[in-house]
Amino acid sequence: MDGMDATQIKIKEFLSRFFKSHDLQPDEDIFALGFVNSLLAMQLVAFVEKEFGIQVEDADLDLDNFRSIRAISSLVARKTGAPAPA
Amino acid sequence: MAVKCVVWDLDNTVWDGILLEDPEVRLRPHVVHLLRTLDERGILHSIASRNDHDLAMARLRELGLDDYFLYPQINWNSKADSIARIAQDLNLALDAFAFVDDQPFEREEVAFSHAGVLCLDSALLDDLLDRPEFNPRFITGDSRLRRRMYQADFRRNREEADYVGPKEEFLATLGMVFTIAPCREQDLQRAEELTVRTHQLNTTGYTYSYEELDALRQSPRHELLIASLEDRHGAYGKIGLSLIERDEGVWTVKLLLMSCRVMSKGVGTILIHHLLRRAKAAGVRLRAELVDTGRNRQMLITYRFAGFKEIARTGEVALLENDYSALQPPPPYVELRLLD
Repeated sequence: MDGMDATQIKIKEFLSRFFKSHDLQPDEDIFALGFVNSLLAMQLVAFVEKEFGIQVEDADLDLDNFRSIRAISSLVARKTGAPAPA
Repeated sequence: MAVKCVVWDLDNTVWDGILLEDPEVRLRPHVVHLLRTLDERGILHSIASRNDHDLAMARLRELGLDDYFLYPQINWNSKADSIARIAQDLNLALDAFAFVDDQPFEREEVAFSHAGVLCLDSALLDDLLDRPEFNPRFITGDSRLRRRMYQADFRRNREEADYVGPKEEFLATLGMVFTIAPCREQDLQRAEELTVRTHQLNTTGYTYSYEELDALRQSPRHELLIASLEDRHGAYGKIGLSLIERDEGVWTVKLLLMSCRVMSKGVGTILIHHLLRRAKAAGVRLRAELVDTGRNRQMLITYRFAGFKEIARTGEVALLENDYSALQPPPPYVELRLLD
């Protein structure tokens, strides 16, 4: 997990439960990979809210906010006011 | 209140006499007719009997009745506890239960613990089939299959609990087939039932009567699709519905719903992605209406993650449009079948 911060590592660990055999990279598009079924979609939003203590508003429910590990960590950073990851 | 499950005592109720005293106990007259008729109406059966479990199940097998009963509770516990257990296993509210026993003491104990349970004397069952509680408004193909669906669910859940590995791998073992077809006349009762009973996985919460759905089904401007799911354990029945309004250059999804029974099966995006592929191929824009009912956030997520964005709002109705940037094939663990 070189080059990932703590938030990104947690996101990767969560996503890895759904596709164990794939070593997901920070910028890989999980939608383009076909990994996002209805179960993952439901649990991903719930995970982000619970793990990072944020409220995902309707306006945040954008594909671009959930497309990759980096996109999700950027969303978390914006919602928590932390500096955006590199 | 409609009864969804009848819980039967055994001694002097299902059969005459007491099994521990007479291993050859005979069925009481009409019991088989009652079991079968209620089963065909989609009403489930179970057992709360103080008896030796293995002996009683063996006798039920000999009589050819064991298959009717879901989660039978044959033990020495209180029958109120047994009924609570059955309600939990079937995921039904207690006020959807009836309890049949020859012993006033047992009926009173159950009635005391569970005020909503309809307690009946097994000597007085002559008018049972005519009582309104035992006559559901509709008897659909899915009603007749209801017991089989619960039995299949029981086997699936047991297998899933034993499965070690990612959920997707388990889903792949089920051999699921998802079928999308135009809603036919014989599907209308189930279609109405789905609009009335589905809350969480429902994009608008619009309900339609049988007559309205029948008109929409035949309207040249509309398309009414119904989805079903089956796997190697059996059928889940008709579990999805969608209504599409087709105008020049733009189709609008007025309703998209999925039964909560398949929520854990990872099939929730198949119908919308089918509509997206179809609309794109037809060269039209695809829009969808969405009403926040306070219970259907999952459908907002489904639409947004499928690439829909809000373009207008009228009161509580949001209008979304898709830009076809996020098309997805069906998940690899499901076979999609399309019927004309």
